[in-house]
Amino acid sequence: MSTTTYREAFRAGLREALAVDDRVFLMGEDVGRYGGCFAVSQGLLEEFGEQRIRDTPLSESAFVGAGIGAALGGMRPIVEIMTVNFSLLALDQILNNAATLLHMSGGQLGVPVVIRIPTGPGRQLAAQHSHTLEGWYAHIPGLRVVAPATLADARGMLATALIDPDPVLIFEQIALYGASGELADDAGPVDLDHAVVRRPGSDVTLVAYGGSLAPALAAAEELAVDGVSAEVVDLRTLRPLDTETVLESVRRTHRLVVVDNGWRSGSLSAEIAARVAEHALYELDAPVERVCAVEVPIPYPRHLEEAALPGPADVMAAARRAVG
Amino acid sequence: MAEFRMPSLGADMESGTVLEWLVGPGDQVRRGDVVAVVDTDKAAIDVECFDSGVIERLLVQPGEKVSVGTPLALIAATGADAGPAPPETAARPRETPPPAPHPAALSPLVRRRAAEAGLDIATLTGTGPGGVVTAADVDHALHPAVPVAAPLVPSVTPGPPEPVVAAAPGARIHVSPYARRLAAERGVDPTVLRGSGPDGVVHARDVPAVPAPVVTNGAGPAPVAATALRRATAALMARSKREIPHYYLALDIDLGPALDWLRAHNRAIPVAARVLPAAVLLRAVVLAAQAVPELNGHWIDDRFVPGRGVQLGVAVSLRGGGLVVPVIRDAGTLGLDDLMARVREGGERARTGRLRSSEAGGATITVTNLGELGVDAVDGVIHPPQVALVGFGAVRPRPWAAGDAVLVRPVVTATLSADHRATDGALGARLLREIDRRLRRPEEL
Repeated sequence: MSTTTYREAFRAGLREALAVDDRVFLMGEDVGRYGGCFAVSQGLLEEFGEQRIRDTPLSESAFVGAGIGAALGGMRPIVEIMTVNFSLLALDQILNNAATLLHMSGGQLGVPVVIRIPTGPGRQLAAQHSHTLEGWYAHIPGLRVVAPATLADARGMLATALIDPDPVLIFEQIALYGASGELADDAGPVDLDHAVVRRPGSDVTLVAYGGSLAPALAAAEELAVDGVSAEVVDLRTLRPLDTETVLESVRRTHRLVVVDNGWRSGSLSAEIAARVAEHALYELDAPVERVCAVEVPIPYPRHLEEAALPGPADVMAAARRAVG
Repeated sequence: MAEFRMPSLGADMESGTVLEWLVGPGDQVRRGDVVAVVDTDKAAIDVECFDSGVIERLLVQPGEKVSVGTPLALIAATGADAGPAPPETAARPRETPPPAPHPAALSPLVRRRAAEAGLDIATLTGTGPGGVVTAADVDHALHPAVPVAAPLVPSVTPGPPEPVVAAAPGARIHVSPYARRLAAERGVDPTVLRGSGPDGVVHARDVPAVPAPVVTNGAGPAPVAATALRRATAALMARSKREIPHYYLALDIDLGPALDWLRAHNRAIPVAARVLPAAVLLRAVVLAAQAVPELNGHWIDDRFVPGRGVQLGVAVSLRGGGLVVPVIRDAGTLGLDDLMARVREGGERARTGRLRSSEAGGATITVTNLGELGVDAVDGVIHPPQVALVGFGAVRPRPWAAGDAVLVRPVVTATLSADHRATDGALGARLLREIDRRLRRPEEL
């Protein structure tokens, strides 16, 4: 084990991917000379050269389209979009090309592109750089959408995503880049098919992903002091959803709280609640609780940003309501 | 003029005894002041008043036991506030923040728990609005790592206690889906359970533990499981005898014609589908219930609500002990053969503890047949909120006067237990006579 940051874990994953496969290259705004807007790719230009680490013009649609073209041509491109809000400029390429070409070509044209998208609130980046829109992409058939929330996933999801013959979107939490923790020295590729129980418990299931995992775990810790045993499920992959792991947990605890940094209406939290209602209604001993972002543009002032987001206290209150 | 009423100091509190008045006529009281000590059979509790003013009159003397909601004292408003307040004024107190915590702002529950545990409330850290010490704080101080039974007791403000009352019989009772499933699996009617959730919601923890599955190797059922089903039955039967003024009727019926007809009927159908005499009796009850609808339904909120169709409860005693009552839905739409099939299936599922949710609860009339147990008659206990229970004893050859002759006939004693609030003996008698009439004309069954 050694101490590392999420940023370093993502960079280690990139470095390994670039080293083991000549077809892999990274492109995006400021990923080269500047070292990446969030310094994730710092040093990679010097290490791998301009052919492999490519700065692009400020046109998300153009460089994501170029990435899709490169993938069709046999390369394994990693495209970085600076933040999730900007990814909307490339939504046409992602939805209409990356997600559909396999279907439109009758199975002839796979698009093995990986798109890394920094996302989420917590750094006072205001309403145009702080949203949690992973759920929108999780709506789209033809994509795999993953949300690394731990160091091991930050380190290992990219390698598995590159093996996937279809487009994979990796949503990286901006707020976590600087956070540090222990990572196994031999950390490597991780599976992208399963949600994981991050903390076992028996009284209530807290489902979270990406930026909402930390407040869920913090709440579980606090609840334990009061004798409430909360199980925390990290979805990890937002599409396709691993419903079964969630259902198994609810079958054990009979109570569900979904924690989502996205807005409540039409959200992933709604999808989780619906699936549990569809498949495990008779396991539920209390109404499903959802703790979501307040439905406003994420505010700039720190206290308002915090107030707009699910915090441990909100999760605890919801869990207590569920446990009764 | 405000009335100070006996508060509900617990979900199971029905009445309380005024032990002591701490105020007298003419005394000035403020909202939140402790004005009386009430004994709830469990503890003596300091009771606060919820209005400010002057005590006009004490209506209940110390030592008197009165039910929850009974006015205990009259409080006159003081000064310019006298007389009915305009709506704005009436609404304003709700908007003002709770007063700073002082001893009287503590809820009765908090003070009771603290007193029972010997805790000094002043030493506790309050987490309620304005730093008020809540029940959860007390529990937390006592059991830092133990789940709190009721951490959300809505008692942090000195307002009137939430009316925590058991749901009226037959009123819609909220049962969590999981609790509903457990109740169905365990053959318990979830509507007779007392919910521990907010507004009386029945949760899984309120469903008695599973009754023992039928053990065929001769071993007895686990004692703890039998006790759980016993508890559910005990609660239901106790409620029945507490609430329902029963009256009882009995009638001996010559089953000869019905049994003769049944033998012929059974000869024409496959062995597996053959109809037992018990099903013939049930069919007769269904038809009689249709003919006397005043006995088919529920007594809810002091009035009779007729059943939609005949939802026939059939009491099944478990081999390991205990009683479950699968319900045959819309029994009036079933012919004799179909009824027999449903009885067979429902009884099997009941005995294996695998009742379907559609078979648990909601009966509009119930039949208990103790004939197999060799007794002649049963004066049964009505299953609330139903208003009638029909019982049958064993079918035996008995001397039977027919005209001037005494013949030996197969005779069964049919009994009716009925709710005297809903019906009188005349209607009850009609039901039993109707059963008799139907059994004399088996070809019409």
